[in-house]
Amino acid sequence: MQITVKLFASFRVGRFLQANKEFPSGSRVADVVAALDIAAPDIGIVMLDSRMATADALLHDGAKLALFPLLGGG
Amino acid sequence: MKTLEDFLAEGAKGDLLPWAVQAAAVERFQRSCRHVEETALGLGLLPARYQRNRKTISIEQQRTLLQSQVAVIGCGGLGGYVIEQLARLGVGTLVAVDPDVFEEHNLNRQILSSMAAIGRPKVLMAEERVAAINPAVTLVPLCDRFEASNVRPYLEKCQVVVDAVDTVSVRLAISDVCEQIGVPLVHGAIAGWYGQITTEYSGDRALRALYQHASGDRGEERSLGNPSFTPAVVASLQSVEVCKILIGVGTSLRHRVLTLDLLDMNFEEISLPH
Repeated sequence: MQITVKLFASFRVGRFLQANKEFPSGSRVADVVAALDIAAPDIGIVMLDSRMATADALLHDGAKLALFPLLGGG
Repeated sequence: MKTLEDFLAEGAKGDLLPWAVQAAAVERFQRSCRHVEETALGLGLLPARYQRNRKTISIEQQRTLLQSQVAVIGCGGLGGYVIEQLARLGVGTLVAVDPDVFEEHNLNRQILSSMAAIGRPKVLMAEERVAAINPAVTLVPLCDRFEASNVRPYLEKCQVVVDAVDTVSVRLAISDVCEQIGVPLVHGAIAGWYGQITTEYSGDRALRALYQHASGDRGEERSLGNPSFTPAVVASLQSVEVCKILIGVGTSLRHRVLTLDLLDMNFEEISLPH
């Protein structure tokens, strides 16, 4: 299935801003994160089809996934 | 015998109260600068220091700000700028919480730091800075780690709390206390070129949503650090949120988080579940 992945902030560095990616049916957000070589603890906000989602959310064909890094500095 | 009210009315230039008259009133009537300022605002007189506010903030709103109390938890990159801006804005009481002293690596971005401040407690430098900027504002320094037990009594008297700390677990602990006492929390976080801001009211659980994937206490700032401008931008937006909440105007970032990418100048607004 086709997933549109949009990356934000530091996740773009060395990767891309937006790309269409092919993933097997039944894939979850965490599978995309792993495929992009992003460490799970670095994940901040996950948006799936414009709604906040969790890393174990199931993807579907045509899904739009946006990943933001965790920001904690003050 | 001339009253304080008569003295202020006679010394005013139109509806502006020059500092010299305000200071003379403090001396003559042996009242605090804040009391004199509050009396002036009650008479419809605007202390001259606020004259450039007047098309944005009315005299009555300026009085509301003076009667307000705001806690700023964390007096580093974000908190320093928030304290600076709220003191200049005329928020009457600021509670500053931070256990740390200034170190050399703070000098690149923390507005309250200076060469002379190295080794000195951040909250005491905040107190000195506020006294130098606006003597009508009282800063209550708490040189201590955030613990619900020691800080909660102060937060209960606040209309807004500002999250300016650098530790995820402390952010969530502050959020929990604000949830319990029903005080809105203005959150800001930064890392490198990037930042985020939201405003959470009791029951929103916004910070729990933002940090649901966090497994440690740090984020991208661990590797990216923080330059001078990112805390200034994010703290300014937090100060705006505080101001609007205190005087009840505009639309806050409740139920949405604003993310900033200063490298590509992208600002994204994300809806939070509610």
